[in-house]
Amino acid sequence: MTTAATTEPTTEPTAASSSDRAGLRHRLAERGIDARLLLLLPGLVLVIALFVYPFVYGLGLSFQPMDGGGPFENYRRFFGDAFQRATIGKTLWLALPAALLNVAASVPIAYRLRGRFRGKRILTTILVIPITLGTVLTAEGLLNFAGPSGWLNRALLGIGLIDDPLRLVNNYWGVFFSLIISGFPFAFLLILSYLSGIDPSLERAAASLGANAWNRFRLITLPLLAPGLATTFCLTFVLAFSVFPSAILVGDPTDSTRVISIAAYQAAYEQYDYPFASTIAIVMGVIELAVIGVVLAGRSRLYTGTTGGKGA
Amino acid sequence: MTFSRLRLENVGRRFAGTDALQHLDLTIEQGEFIALLGPSGCGKSTALNCVAGLLPLSSGRIWLDEKRIDVLAPERRGFGMVFQNYALFPHLTVRRNIEFGLRMRRLPKPEIARRAAQALELVHLEDQAGKLPGQLSGGQQQRVAIARAVALEPSVVLMDEPLSNLDAKLRLEMRTEIRRLHQSLGLTTIYVTHDQEEALSMADRLVVLRHGQVQQIGTPEELHSHPVSWPVADFMGCRNLFAGSLLTPAADRGEAAMVDVLGLRIEGTAAAHVETPGAVAVGIRPEDIEVVPVPGPHTVDATVSVVEYQGREFAVEALTGPGLRLHVRTAERLVPGDPVALRLPPERLLVFPGGADLPRPVAPLDEEITPDLPADAGAPA
Repeated sequence: MTTAATTEPTTEPTAASSSDRAGLRHRLAERGIDARLLLLLPGLVLVIALFVYPFVYGLGLSFQPMDGGGPFENYRRFFGDAFQRATIGKTLWLALPAALLNVAASVPIAYRLRGRFRGKRILTTILVIPITLGTVLTAEGLLNFAGPSGWLNRALLGIGLIDDPLRLVNNYWGVFFSLIISGFPFAFLLILSYLSGIDPSLERAAASLGANAWNRFRLITLPLLAPGLATTFCLTFVLAFSVFPSAILVGDPTDSTRVISIAAYQAAYEQYDYPFASTIAIVMGVIELAVIGVVLAGRSRLYTGTTGGKGA
Repeated sequence: MTFSRLRLENVGRRFAGTDALQHLDLTIEQGEFIALLGPSGCGKSTALNCVAGLLPLSSGRIWLDEKRIDVLAPERRGFGMVFQNYALFPHLTVRRNIEFGLRMRRLPKPEIARRAAQALELVHLEDQAGKLPGQLSGGQQQRVAIARAVALEPSVVLMDEPLSNLDAKLRLEMRTEIRRLHQSLGLTTIYVTHDQEEALSMADRLVVLRHGQVQQIGTPEELHSHPVSWPVADFMGCRNLFAGSLLTPAADRGEAAMVDVLGLRIEGTAAAHVETPGAVAVGIRPEDIEVVPVPGPHTVDATVSVVEYQGREFAVEALTGPGLRLHVRTAERLVPGDPVALRLPPERLLVFPGGADLPRPVAPLDEEITPDLPADAGAPA
């Protein structure tokens, strides 16, 4: 383990002290403290420079309001202004249902596709393509497809199902659909990999013990999958909570989809009030952490050990 | 659930155009312990999964007395199954694992508790009931798997290589344990294994499979002493198997047959009907070959090439002049290079039909023979 210790001269007069040093080095190495720790350095520098420093800087900035009034003035201002405060609710109202639906829709599809079959690769590729498209392309597609004069409305009008075009974009639903389109493939891929980590013979064992398909899913697969679902929910929630481009492109950015990131953007680049923008960013982070904390607290009550399969 | 016989009728299963299992006809009486034996890929696990209902049949039928069961879903068949990797539910305690099947059957609560306790006692795991499977050793996990399967008092228990993940010592213990359970509960058992020793020691009857086809069905004794084909002999520990040609025109089972193996004229006994023209296979067990002091009738001369110490005996490999590699078990202490005379008792040397696909001893073997080998070694005596 420690090559240095073996090369330590032990026949010299200072043998006692040098063997003490070697012993100390050995004890440290046993606790994982040795020269290999230096390998962490490049990564650590990057993390500090690109994450820790900006975060701490932003946090500090948020307590230095431009117009004075004490360190908490910006927070008072944000929570005191109904227009700003409402962005929290609006964002949660988008992100929570979208994350929930992404997870809920992925489970049955991934469950159905968990085995091996011909064409699985093509099918998963098709399901995953939206992740590569980017929000702007998705938004354009949505406008073309679901806009007032898009295919969907023209088709529905054509067959006489509706008299007036449905309003599906430039409002809450446009952003919601966009979050589903970009978030679903992500959730689906994660859940598929969690599922393939569950040993398929567990379900066969359950079947041989008399459990029907629903009980096999409910009593065996779902409990083993649940921790993975919680993690997937957290990740898609964070993605959805920081929604910005689609809230503007296919949303209603002045009213119903004025999400918290728009508020931060306006503070920073329209009013040039960086401290206030930092305050909003910190509020955003705290809310995300709170939601994740609640979900992970629930997750810790679940069985999270091995699931026997290849992926676990 | 009581029944008197489980009948497999011409059961077959195809995977992507190849037959994994063909024409399996087997009648199992209640209380019997049947071993399906064969090398990997022979169709034994396929057969078990077909019986369990985890694989649909491509052809044939399965009957439990007069009830056709191959059309039933696995959960409707009421068979217990023990998997190779145990397949214990990792999120449930040992007790919950064992109770799972009982709960699925919606038995009353006290009944569930009573039968789970009974099953735990059966496998001596009462004090582990509250643990999760991950906290148990491999042997304990296997016992839980068995308890889970038998707690339902199933009509048939299916075991898919249940001991193959255990170490040698534990395997022997569990073998006895399974046999004991089988005897005390009178469970009809179908046991899949590739280990002939395991199959011979546990089963009432063995079914030897190869390439998806039944080779032979019989008691351990029948298969051990009277294999009808060389693959069965091969599987029953007949390490010396050679392709040869028949010198006598024909022989029925039990009759003497002269064969030519690489120029050696050897007398053996036909294990099944053999006739010329047609390839034959010749087989003899290492323990049936005798090391004799002087060449005599039915002996071949050979040179010892490898000696392995195996406790009471030595496993010796000897080469005859024409390059026949014979495995011999003997108590005699031999040294590589020793010339020996080996007697091949004609009643123990079995002649099988077929064998054209046996690996033949070929020329490269000669290169391994030590140069000081006497030129006349291996001449028929």
